Amino acid sequence: MESAENAENAEVLVKPPTLTASDRLAAKKRFRTQRRLSTMKNKVLRNAQWATLKKRSERLLFHFIGKKEGQKQRKKEAEALGDKAPPKQIPRTIENTREADITTVDRDDEEVTFDITHDEYESYFSKTYVPKILITSSDNPHSKTIHFIRELTKIFPSSECQWRKRSSVKKMIQSAKEKDYTDVVVINEDRRVPNGMLVSHLPDGPTAYFKISNVKLTKDMKYKNIIKEFTTHRPEVILNNFQTRLGQAVSRMLASLFHYDPQFKGRRAVTFHNQRDYIFFRHHRYEFKSQKRAALRELGPRFTLRLKWLQKGTFDTIEGDYEWIIAGKRHEMETSRRRFFL
Amino acid sequence: MENDDIVWSIINKSFCSYKVNTKTQRFCRNEYNLTGLCNRSACPLANSQYATVREEDGNCFLYMKTVERSGFPRNMWEKVKLSKSLEKALRQINEYLVYWPGFTRQKCKQRLLKISQYLIRMRKLRLRRQKKLVPIQRKQDRRERRREEKALVAARLDSAIEKELLERLKRGTYGDIYNFPQVAFNKALEEEEDAEVNMEGDDYGEDEENEGEEPDEDIDEELEKELEEESENEEIEYVEADSDLERELESESDLEDIEPKASNSVKDNTRRKPRLEIEYETETLSKNPKRTV
Repeated sequence: MESAENAENAEVLVKPPTLTASDRLAAKKRFRTQRRLSTMKNKVLRNAQWATLKKRSERLLFHFIGKKEGQKQRKKEAEALGDKAPPKQIPRTIENTREADITTVDRDDEEVTFDITHDEYESYFSKTYVPKILITSSDNPHSKTIHFIRELTKIFPSSECQWRKRSSVKKMIQSAKEKDYTDVVVINEDRRVPNGMLVSHLPDGPTAYFKISNVKLTKDMKYKNIIKEFTTHRPEVILNNFQTRLGQAVSRMLASLFHYDPQFKGRRAVTFHNQRDYIFFRHHRYEFKSQKRAALRELGPRFTLRLKWLQKGTFDTIEGDYEWIIAGKRHEMETSRRRFFL
Repeated sequence: MENDDIVWSIINKSFCSYKVNTKTQRFCRNEYNLTGLCNRSACPLANSQYATVREEDGNCFLYMKTVERSGFPRNMWEKVKLSKSLEKALRQINEYLVYWPGFTRQKCKQRLLKISQYLIRMRKLRLRRQKKLVPIQRKQDRRERRREEKALVAARLDSAIEKELLERLKRGTYGDIYNFPQVAFNKALEEEEDAEVNMEGDDYGEDEENEGEEPDEDIDEELEKELEEESENEEIEYVEADSDLERELESESDLEDIEPKASNSVKDNTRRKPRLEIEYETETLSKNPKRTV
């Protein structure tokens, strides 16, 4: 008896050391019995059961072992073991298990980098010209689109907005070429909200059509009157995570909309971050608090882009040469959940 | 002719397969109906003498039905092609329906007018740009939205942007704008020390002295004094030549954190990363001690 008691006491004193499989099972069991607790209609019995449960498992009350507690335990163990600690387990993510793409750009491969750098944007990246952008919309834009376009004109330096007066895109591109524009951006609208963006690089450059979603305008941002923080300094462009050739092409296209020489004094950063084929656009003002930390304040609109097609020449949906298109080919292209194109 | 009334009494009261009843109106779905409504005068079944105008592929035709042919359902309707110009077509109608009741004539002309108007509109629209209506596939749409949310969470944008910016700072793309004392320099120093422990180099690189260069401008005199004092203390530990002492002064003045100890002796010129090439001027070295005095 005594020994039993002692054993019990010993049990109570000793904290559950590691979370083995049996521990987890026990926790699950407890959880299940507790589930049954909620179905007991008799209050007296229910309370009694609750009391025993509480007594038995002080830490494992409601759920089986919580994530954070597990993490802490593992960390402690690793520290305790020191060198002999088992290697840190890396969780499996979609990015980890992404299907390998043949066209992934390998920075070291000279041929590939040569190809990339000598595409239609070569003249931009060799700083021979300053981009001049024409932004339009579809016919009869509504207020949200109008605001969006106005904000875009503030973001892209040297951009002009003109309202579409029932002209066709091809004609527009012609006249823009004559007026020395280098890029044309057309925002398409559906149901009173901008939903598509056509970017066309002018002297016979590639054309891309993106689907826009989740547009958040400056006036809807967290900080009030953030519009006052907009300056006319040329922002710097951050392009994250464009891995394949197609991704590189798209990123160069987006980068070429901005001036090649950013004014770092303005501390404005424009980001195009690609994650699983969604390109997130953000516009921040940054400040370096120290060498290890930078504070960001979000200005400006935010939206997400998704590439729908990329064409070699200027806009020509009928006879154009599509480099990549997913519109009618979903079953061919989306073969697996781990396959991404950018 | 006599059956007209009988037919109408039956159709009207009981069932007609072409009749469509709505709250306010009765419509006739018969393709030969002139007005489209279900009336005694407009019903093609209840009138043995009847005429309509119909359009086919952009051409208007006048259809006529007479009593004589009412026994031959196959040849009942006479089809006449009307001219493409509205004026001529109207005259044609007048000509063909010359002794016909006024109602039919009037309605035929009105119908022709309406048809020609909509044909003109169709032709105009065809020339303009049409908005292409793309149907939304609900499942796809929902899936895309959800995946976008998940991607946003996975992206952890703020930290990614911050990282990129810090990396740019480290790389030195911002040049001299930021006042962090020798960011790249410090980094390289740390890396150096790691690499060094194994090495034995005899070159007291010029770089060592160069290191001392930059902090001069940033540091106040008082600070310098303090630093010098500290460095002086450290000097005691070293058993090195005098020339090294001076260099140490410079190097230590700004780099309190770094443990120079053994490292000083072993700075190898060749191991230096190219980006740390700073110009060295001997003169300023000598200036320093004078300043503190």
